[in-house]
Parts: sequence; structure tokens; C-alpha cells
Amino acid sequence: MNPQAHVHHRILHGEHRRDAVFALVGLLVMLVIMWVLAALFVRLVVDGAGHLDLAFLLSYPSRHADQAGILAAWVGSILVLLVTAFAAVPLGVAAGIYLEEYAQRGRWSSMLEISIGNLAGVPSIVYGLLALGLLVQGMHLGQSILSAGLTLAMLILPMVIVSTREALRSVSVDLREASLALGASRWQTVWHHVLPQAMPGILTGVILGLSRAIGETAPVIVIGALSFLSFLPAAPISATPPFVNLDWLYSPFTVLPIQVFHWISRPNPDFHANAAAAGVVLVVLNLAMNAVALFIRQRARRRQFG
Amino acid sequence: MDLTFDAKAEVRDLSFHYGSVVALKHIDLRVASHEVTALIGPSGCGKTTLLRCFNRMHDLYPGSRYEGAIRLQPDGTDLLDPAIDPIEARLRIGMVFQKPNPFPKSIFDNVAFGLRVQGEKRSAILAERVEQALRAAALWNEVKDRLHASALTLSGGQQQRLCIARSLATEPEMLLFDEPTSALDPAATASIEELITALKQRMTVLLVTHNMQQAGRVSKYTAFLHAGELIEFGETDQMFTRPQKKQTENYITGRFG
Repeated sequence: MNPQAHVHHRILHGEHRRDAVFALVGLLVMLVIMWVLAALFVRLVVDGAGHLDLAFLLSYPSRHADQAGILAAWVGSILVLLVTAFAAVPLGVAAGIYLEEYAQRGRWSSMLEISIGNLAGVPSIVYGLLALGLLVQGMHLGQSILSAGLTLAMLILPMVIVSTREALRSVSVDLREASLALGASRWQTVWHHVLPQAMPGILTGVILGLSRAIGETAPVIVIGALSFLSFLPAAPISATPPFVNLDWLYSPFTVLPIQVFHWISRPNPDFHANAAAAGVVLVVLNLAMNAVALFIRQRARRRQFG
Repeated sequence: MDLTFDAKAEVRDLSFHYGSVVALKHIDLRVASHEVTALIGPSGCGKTTLLRCFNRMHDLYPGSRYEGAIRLQPDGTDLLDPAIDPIEARLRIGMVFQKPNPFPKSIFDNVAFGLRVQGEKRSAILAERVEQALRAAALWNEVKDRLHASALTLSGGQQQRLCIARSLATEPEMLLFDEPTSALDPAATASIEELITALKQRMTVLLVTHNMQQAGRVSKYTAFLHAGELIEFGETDQMFTRPQKKQTENYITGRFG
């Protein structure tokens, strides 16, 4: 072995060791995270499994822990989330498109950018206070599903905007230029080429935002979620024309985190098991949403190269 | 030297600024109608910048400023006139890029896009024009059985021919090529060059290339640029055998660039 090869060998040997050490550290960090997640979830399941059955999902709350259920809570969560999605997604995606594709770079746009960044950092309870003054009292929307949905929409709007912008930014210049060089307008380019490419990224942001919204407790307490609700909102679909019924928007509501919070703050330990069971449902809903996001992204990718 | 020809485009005293950088200085150039004109020069000489003035691609980026005019004949429209919508320039002048950049859509949708952008919705006409464009780009026989497969399943050379077909579908008067073969292997390069040579019957071609042999093979006229200035313009054969300027000779003989 000549001297230089010897030096190379030593350097390479050192590099390999550093790679191995880093891989090991990475593995450890991952294991710790997985362990924490598993511990949390297993604990919830162990505590709540006894109560988790169909009756639990289909019953209203009760003074008796073994008869109490989460029907009003999960229906409420889903309806609130529906309002949130309908408000936050079009607004957030449109704002992202405007900022990324249309706005002139300058003082005005950088001010907007900083504001959006700051909004993302505002504590959720402050959004609750804002919504209490603005939506519940100012606009007389009441302590309703509509108020709650709009509140959470405000909360996740910055996330949707930021992830939309990032997704748009990652679309290659080549693709944009190809479209524009064919005489397409900016909007045609965005609509036909940039948005479809960015869609998986946007959807991920949206679903991450929605899964944050479904777990939020503080702002919905502030705007007046009920902790004991023994009826469902009016059905959104009716048998008679116009077939769509929007009364549910103004109905009082509760959501899963509120139900958990309410049960856990009661002295009777049987209710704590109920809280754990409701927690499991919440986590499963969350995981299901993430799975949907994953599915949509995979499908979008497959279609592109199919 | 006799340079009498019908000009499709006339560049007059064109300067181009990018922020505080002057990328092109007082360029005067006539682009021969229904011929291939090559733009050559070392990296950073401004040849691609000049090419992208023709279809106003610089408008997409803030800080760019044109001075002078590019008159497109026969009507004499000044493409750089701020009153001219860049979209109009791009409808009249197509472009093929350095790296094949098909849309991640089907072969058919790629070629039909330019027509659809112009509002063509009738499927019979779309199908007919797509076939014509693919035939003109010598790609029809290879893809006619899989028009609805993704364009990304094609090879690099096929993708570049698809990009050419995509530009041809809207029947532009002029086509800009920006080093169209620099990402391709020799066989694919040969087929693209053959295509460019055939295209001049339909339209005027302006070709940026860093490959002197390519300029020699396909172009009738050549313009040599250096540091943002047009150093020499003439018939390709003459320029390669008897360049008038020392700089041109140095570049062509490989002494720099």
C-alpha cells in the first residue's frame, strides 16, 4: 500500500465510523419517539378499552359513567371540522396562490408574510377570545357549530397558507416556463400545471391543520362549547326540497376534547376511563385523517407517472 | 459579403438590463425568414438572453428591462413594445428548452395544451391537430398507440420531440430553440437536428447552441455573441471558414470559450 492510499484508507475509515455513529444516534432518537407515542396510546387503550364499544359511540352523556357515551361529541367534532375545512381551505389556498404567484415582491408582501408567520404563533386561546368578541357576540353567530368552525378556521389559516406557498414554490421553473411559453396566462399555468403538482403538498398541509383543529380545546371552551349535550344538531340533509338544511350550523355543540376534559375533571374514576376511551377515539380519528392524506398523496404520485 | 434576405424578425439596437447588470448591448440582427439562424458564443455571452427576448420570457422575472425593438415581419409589430401582451408574442413565437420539459400529463394532453389554452374545445379538431403536430415532429409512429400514456414514460429524445410537437401544434411563425440537444445522446441529437432542418419549410428557426458542429450542420446564418455584444453575423459557411473578426476566429478555432 503506498503512503497516499494509506492516508485515504485512514480518512475513509474515520468517515465510515462517523456515519455509523450518526445512524445509531438517529435510530435511538426514533426509538425514543416511537416509545413515547406507543406508551401514550397503549395507556389510553388500557384505561379506556373497557368502555369502548358501539354503545359508547352511540350514547349521549349521562350521570352514570357506564351509560355515558360520546355521540354528541364526535358528531360535533366532525361537523365543526367540516365548517373549518370549508372556510379555511379555499381562503388559505387562495391566499397562498396570491402571495406566491401574483403578489409583487416588496414591502407590502413582506409585511403580509411576517403577519402570517406571527398569526401562526398566536396562542389558540387568543383566537378563542377574538372569536368570542367577533363571531359570537359581534356577528351574533352564537355559541354554535358555525362559530366554532370559523374559530378553528382562523387558527389553521396560517398553516394552510404557509404549506400552500411551500408546495407552490417547490414546483419547477421548467414546468411554469413550458406552459407560459405556449401562450398560457398566469392563471392557466397555475390552474393546469402548478396546482396539480402542488396538490399533494397542499393536502398534507390542510390535513395537518385539520388534525390540529380537531384536538383544540381552549378556543372552543372560550366560545362556549357545552360539556353536557344530549341531542344532535338538525340533520344536514332533508327529505323535502331544498334537501339541504343549514340549521345545524347554528346548533349548540360539543366536541371530543371538551368531552374528555369534562370527564377527566370529575372525581369519579369511572369517568376517567370514559375520558381515556374518548381519547382513543380522538387519536384514531386523527390517524385516520393522516391515512387519508397519505392515500391521496400516493395516488397523486401514481397518476403522474402512471 | 452579400446578406440580402427576407427578414422574419429585425432586432434593432436592443439592450437588455437585468437589475443593474447589462446583459445585452445594442444588438442589431436580422433573422432570415424560413431559415435556421444559429446564435453561438461562450457561456454567459448573452445568447440565451437574446433568445428569450423574442418571446418576452424575461417579463416573468422582476428587474428586467428592454431597450430597442424586435420587429416581427410582415406586420412590423414591435415585440418589446410594453403595449404588446407577452402572451401575443408567445402565441406567434414558440420555444423549445434546453432540458426536455414535458408536462406530467398524457402525450395527447401535452400537445393539445397550446390549443386548449387558445380555447379550442372540439375534440375532433384537437385530435387532428395533435396528430399533425406529432407527425411534423417525427414522433407520430412511435406514440400513436399510446397517446394517453404519460409523457414521462418517453425517452429523453422522444420527450424533446414531444416538446417540439407541443410548440408546433399552435402553428407559430417562428420557433426558438435553446440548446435543445445539450441533454441528449448523439442519436437523439441527430434526430432533433434533422427535425430542425425540416422545420424551416414551415417557419423561421432561431437556435442557440454551444456546439459549433451543430451550428455548421443545421444553420444557414450564424451570429456570434461575446460579452453581451454581437461581434459578427454572416453565412454560417463563411463564418466558419473565413471569420472577419479576430474574436470570432479565436472562438471558432477553440482558443477560448
